[in-house]
Amino acid sequence: MSNVLTNITLRIWRQAGPAVAGRFETHVVDEITDEASFLEMLDILNDRLVTEGKEAVVFDHDCREGICGTCSLMIDGQAHGPQRGTTTCQLHMRRFKSGDTITIEPWRASAFPIIKDLMVDRSAFDRVIESGGFITAETGGAPDANLIPVPKPVSDAAMDSAACIGCGACVAACPNGAANLFTGAKIAHLNRLPQGQAERWGRVESMVETMDEHFGSCTNHGECEAACPKEISIDVIALMNKDYRKAKFASRKDLARQ
Amino acid sequence: MAQVIASRRAAVSGTAVRTRKKRPFLLDLYSTAVGKKYAMGISGIALMGFVLFHMIGNLKMYQGASDLDNYAEFLKKLLYPLAPKESVLWILRSGLLAMLILHLHAAWSLTVMNRRARPTRYQSPRDYQVANFASRTMRWTGIIVLAFVAWHLADLTFGVANTVGTDGEFVRANVYDNVVRSFERVPVALFYVVANVLLGIHLYHGAWSIFQTFGWNRPRFNRWSRAFATGFAAVVVVANVSFPVAVLAGIVG
Repeated sequence: MSNVLTNITLRIWRQAGPAVAGRFETHVVDEITDEASFLEMLDILNDRLVTEGKEAVVFDHDCREGICGTCSLMIDGQAHGPQRGTTTCQLHMRRFKSGDTITIEPWRASAFPIIKDLMVDRSAFDRVIESGGFITAETGGAPDANLIPVPKPVSDAAMDSAACIGCGACVAACPNGAANLFTGAKIAHLNRLPQGQAERWGRVESMVETMDEHFGSCTNHGECEAACPKEISIDVIALMNKDYRKAKFASRKDLARQ
Repeated sequence: MAQVIASRRAAVSGTAVRTRKKRPFLLDLYSTAVGKKYAMGISGIALMGFVLFHMIGNLKMYQGASDLDNYAEFLKKLLYPLAPKESVLWILRSGLLAMLILHLHAAWSLTVMNRRARPTRYQSPRDYQVANFASRTMRWTGIIVLAFVAWHLADLTFGVANTVGTDGEFVRANVYDNVVRSFERVPVALFYVVANVLLGIHLYHGAWSIFQTFGWNRPRFNRWSRAFATGFAAVVVVANVSFPVAVLAGIVG
């Protein structure tokens, strides 16, 4: 059975553009079903704003099923809101109570400049990904599925890292604005697999160094792990640190025998 | 409409490309945040080693004045007569100083980097989930402990902050007397206790962080790293705090 929440006060960050000052704007949603997702609640608010001749609140969203990494939002001081392991689009109003005041802010990091209102530019993540190159895999005839044996625990661990949707919640939640969880996940995803070994040291070096150009540094708070909608463990940061050290010390000639 | 962070954007390549210039590899390592964290960890281990052995050495005050004073004398004679008197001590001291400077420099530059990574703070209160008091106050506990170390040296090494002995002079070799005279002043003992509790808080996060930073991450051992950090911090704090308490309680003195 659905219930109806009443009298929800929203404090939403409004900012006309990257270079102008922003401010919180208060809107009251009189009635909303608890089956509405958080973004649907914003859609309903936007419909009303447009009808009233006001400007709609700009926010990022796409798949709305928690797999694309487009939605963001700092909700009541938590990236993707109060529900663990959940993106904003999968957060539902049943997590809130009638009469609640909800504060919504964009991700804040110098690497994620605000485009408008709640929408930020996350291209810095693309720079990190680009610097890692891609796996120079054979693209001839389709190889046999088991041509390269991958132990089950390895593929599971690589898959856990590959679950990263690149939403930026780790950076947003980090008190230092560091992207170690994101970069660590991308590195762990490829460096754990046999197919990723050929460029293992070069990948970790260039991705870590590109990350440095845009983001802060890790102080092991663990806030990223708590905020990650895919619940990626900070173990990937440890793995990145280890591989970065090894990349500096190891001989590239011995890559095949590590 | 979308603005692009356009700095030095090159074509995506099939291989990982490094755009940075080559330099000596240790410098290269230190130039990144991950490398600086290694420096933090290594210097942290060195400083932890000092803190532990300093504490163990001080336990000799429970055996009496001559034991503690002789131990201080013994430190000067490490490897003597193989090495000249005080030479080993000075090597250890300079290593420790170098490690302290490295620790401070890395902390400073990482802090600057982090401030730059978020020039505009969140305008509404954050709701932290797992960051604890220790991890969030590393800078402050570190600075206060550093200030304490400076006072501690002025008090018991240089004697300028100590009260003079019966002969009207501060004699550095009379370690036991100096310690007792220092801790008989209640505010000094209090400052000492507070600083050591803060040191314990610093170690609680720092000693655990070493494992994460160094990538010493094995599912089987992970809970032991937390236990190690808690145990190390607890042992150091309990033993160190016991000294001023023992003096004030009249057990030592």
